[in-house]
Amino acid sequence: MPKLTVDGVEVEVENGVTVLQACEEANADVPRFCYHERLSIAGNCRMCLVEIEKSPKPVASCAMPAADGMVVHTKTETVKRAREGVMEFLLINHPLDCPICDQGGECDLQDQAMAFGVDTSRFDENKRAVEDKEMGPLVKTIMTRCIHCTRCVRFVQEVAGVPEIGAIGRGEDMEITTYLEKSLTSELSGNVIDLCPVGALTSKPYAFTARPWELRKTETVDVMDAIGSAIRVDARGKEVMRVMPRLNEDVNEEWISDKTRFIWDGLKSQRLDRPYVRENGKLRVASWNEAFEAIAAKAQSTTPEKMAAIAGDLACVEGMSALKDLMASLGVMSLDCRQDGTKLNAGDRASYLFNSSIAGIEEADALLIIGSNPRTEAPVLNARIRKRWSQGGLPVGIVGEDVDLTYDTEHLGAGPQTLKEIADGSHSFARVLEVAERPMIILGQGALTRADGAAVHATALQIAEKAGAISANWNGFNVLHTAAARVGGLDLGFVPGEGGKDVAGILDAAASGDVDFVFLLGADEIDTSKLEKAFVVYQGTHGDAGAHAADVILPAATYTEKSALWVNTEGRVQMGRRAAFPPGDAREDWSIVRALSDVLGQTLPYDSLQQLRAGLFEEHPHLAQLDTVSSAASVTSGPGGSMDDAPFSSAISEFYFTNPIARASKIMADCAATYGNKEEGATGTNG
Amino acid sequence: MSVRRLDPNQPDSFEFTAENKVWAEGQIKKYPDGRQASAIIALLWRAQKQVGGWLPEPAIRYIADFLDMPHMRAMEVVTFYTMFNLSPVGEHFVQLCGTTPCWLRGSDELKAVCKKVIGDERQVSSDGKLSWMEVECLGACANAPMVQVNDDFYEDLDAENFEKLLTDLREGRPVKVGPQGGRKGSEPAGQLTSLTEVGGAD
Repeated sequence: MPKLTVDGVEVEVENGVTVLQACEEANADVPRFCYHERLSIAGNCRMCLVEIEKSPKPVASCAMPAADGMVVHTKTETVKRAREGVMEFLLINHPLDCPICDQGGECDLQDQAMAFGVDTSRFDENKRAVEDKEMGPLVKTIMTRCIHCTRCVRFVQEVAGVPEIGAIGRGEDMEITTYLEKSLTSELSGNVIDLCPVGALTSKPYAFTARPWELRKTETVDVMDAIGSAIRVDARGKEVMRVMPRLNEDVNEEWISDKTRFIWDGLKSQRLDRPYVRENGKLRVASWNEAFEAIAAKAQSTTPEKMAAIAGDLACVEGMSALKDLMASLGVMSLDCRQDGTKLNAGDRASYLFNSSIAGIEEADALLIIGSNPRTEAPVLNARIRKRWSQGGLPVGIVGEDVDLTYDTEHLGAGPQTLKEIADGSHSFARVLEVAERPMIILGQGALTRADGAAVHATALQIAEKAGAISANWNGFNVLHTAAARVGGLDLGFVPGEGGKDVAGILDAAASGDVDFVFLLGADEIDTSKLEKAFVVYQGTHGDAGAHAADVILPAATYTEKSALWVNTEGRVQMGRRAAFPPGDAREDWSIVRALSDVLGQTLPYDSLQQLRAGLFEEHPHLAQLDTVSSAASVTSGPGGSMDDAPFSSAISEFYFTNPIARASKIMADCAATYGNKEEGATGTNG
Repeated sequence: MSVRRLDPNQPDSFEFTAENKVWAEGQIKKYPDGRQASAIIALLWRAQKQVGGWLPEPAIRYIADFLDMPHMRAMEVVTFYTMFNLSPVGEHFVQLCGTTPCWLRGSDELKAVCKKVIGDERQVSSDGKLSWMEVECLGACANAPMVQVNDDFYEDLDAENFEKLLTDLREGRPVKVGPQGGRKGSEPAGQLTSLTEVGGAD
């Protein structure tokens, strides 16, 4: 461990650390543009120059390994002048268009020019101008501003795994672009906007809409996938202006997917802001009381056996808890949070969690992916697998669709037949898993939502056990969810009670008339055509499939408009916070259910979110443990049964349209039109 | 140096000839397994020769695929090195040195000849035979001024012999490679001034 002195402070650092990192350790501030701790070292901006004794010239600290006995100075006159010189060179060709630049106010170059630059320029020539490049519907480019730090080039190559950005030309004529200006095809492309230290790459949808100092910043969590990425929602007044990533080493590091980042325009369009009641076949605006009375009239004319409730993919724990309590007090047994029909059971928590944890991926040394496409189902998690893969020694096998996951994979087979072979050891990959010390199995919803999902689960578990994936200090059996609400719902036990029906049963019964009252809590991704005969209450945020089938609509708050809990695929309980108020009459889920319970004569025993949570935490103590995961050393599976031979498919066919908010978003429609399935992109959803 | 862009007129496709393919695979074998991308410059050069002195976009893509590397990486290499031409050149591609020694020895006059005989810089003459471009030092300063035509140096030029050279090339007449003024290599003009015993012994 080298010991060195930085500005008179002695620090001891890990082997292999750079001088810049050692300076940080010693709390010495070193400016930088090209250096980024999660990317490879380029050493081309020269802003991090420091003086090292016995070195004849200033040294680029980001690329210099720290050695024992180094004496580093970061505050000397030489360093100051070196920085001023570098800054002057950087500014020679950088336009002075800060007043019209979207990066203004959060620009590294602006800040560092103030801190380390000089106040005048000696450059009398013409500044260089560069043609703007096309990079797709998300990333806007103003390439004259580029300072050639190559962070974006390194990000797409190393983290996103799609080496599409590069630098053409040389010297003064160097330009950053994609091959023939094609759109970036990464689900993580928005991150280059954050990485860009200047205003060369900015957010296209956010262009010219707000300044950073006008925004109210709220730290919350994302619900676009089951990862629960840490995000910061920036709002101005009532309006969400943009979504930014937040650092969470355990979950998303500092990346977020494009769906997470660019969803915000969907929060404003197609919103349900008033209660509606269907009269003579048409929905009309109603008051809360009218809506509740209509529900009560129907509820009293039917029996609990003929009532049912389904919770959707974005539902928060509190909303589902309140609805479950209400259904329990009404004696309703048919309730289900698994609207995709996944065959996971609520009993054993470890049987439906991502037990290794996301950070644990970095310790795995063999990986089997079953019926999942993590690149679309959880792009940030896929980047973590890629990170582990790029360190070497991670064989990855896929059973299911042979998709490009941005790293080398071996396609073992398409369906259960291959799974059986791995389970009985006759497949060569069984050996790979067996010799691995920390083998990992990711079981996707594409394999679990089938009729034989329980059998697939049992077989996958059998493979995990045989490979020694489940031991006291390592649990390599992982279920990858696609819905933010699913784990929370299973934790609560939002599943059919005794004699109750599951989602498929409810829908069939509704079609046949055996169920005539269905409560949808934001459930849109179901076959609503089967609900035509039944009385449907839709409590949700957007005028999507569920609302179209509804007889009463109760407008609710989205994830940015309420304080609520979500449980991610690892079983990590995270609290979202309110960034803006819901539009019109929309309310938080739990409070709507609480008000409805009063009208139904089954008043729920809480008047505030605090009271609800107190009861919730008492019943489910683990929900009170925010931001932690607990891993179990054993996993159980229900009785298996036989698997049919149909190949596995991914649970997500259209990445940009997975939930009502995304479907209401124009930006997502643009993305789908650019990247996605062209047929779907052209069928009117993008209008 | 200036911004270099792909030519607006591109052929539909590119493929190595069978002979070049064998040669290219031989080049790849020079490098360790998994480092096949190291052969890129050799392959691009060969592709440029095959096309006739320039690299069309399909060729860049073809080479990148041939070496199993991202298209963008190949594009970076092509645009970095000025020896790769991004637009068509004449059958005889004249690279005229305009750096200080050649300039002092009269490269401006040669430039005027180029303009007269061929036309504007980077424009292929109407018969497709000639095109020219000013380049930086080609390392034959002792025989300045000089030009490189395709693979050969022509040195000790002046307006007269250069115009004749260009005309001969255009007409397909045989030309003399190297110094045009009658001296051997870069020996002193006139007679030897040093090493007279050794040098004069032949």
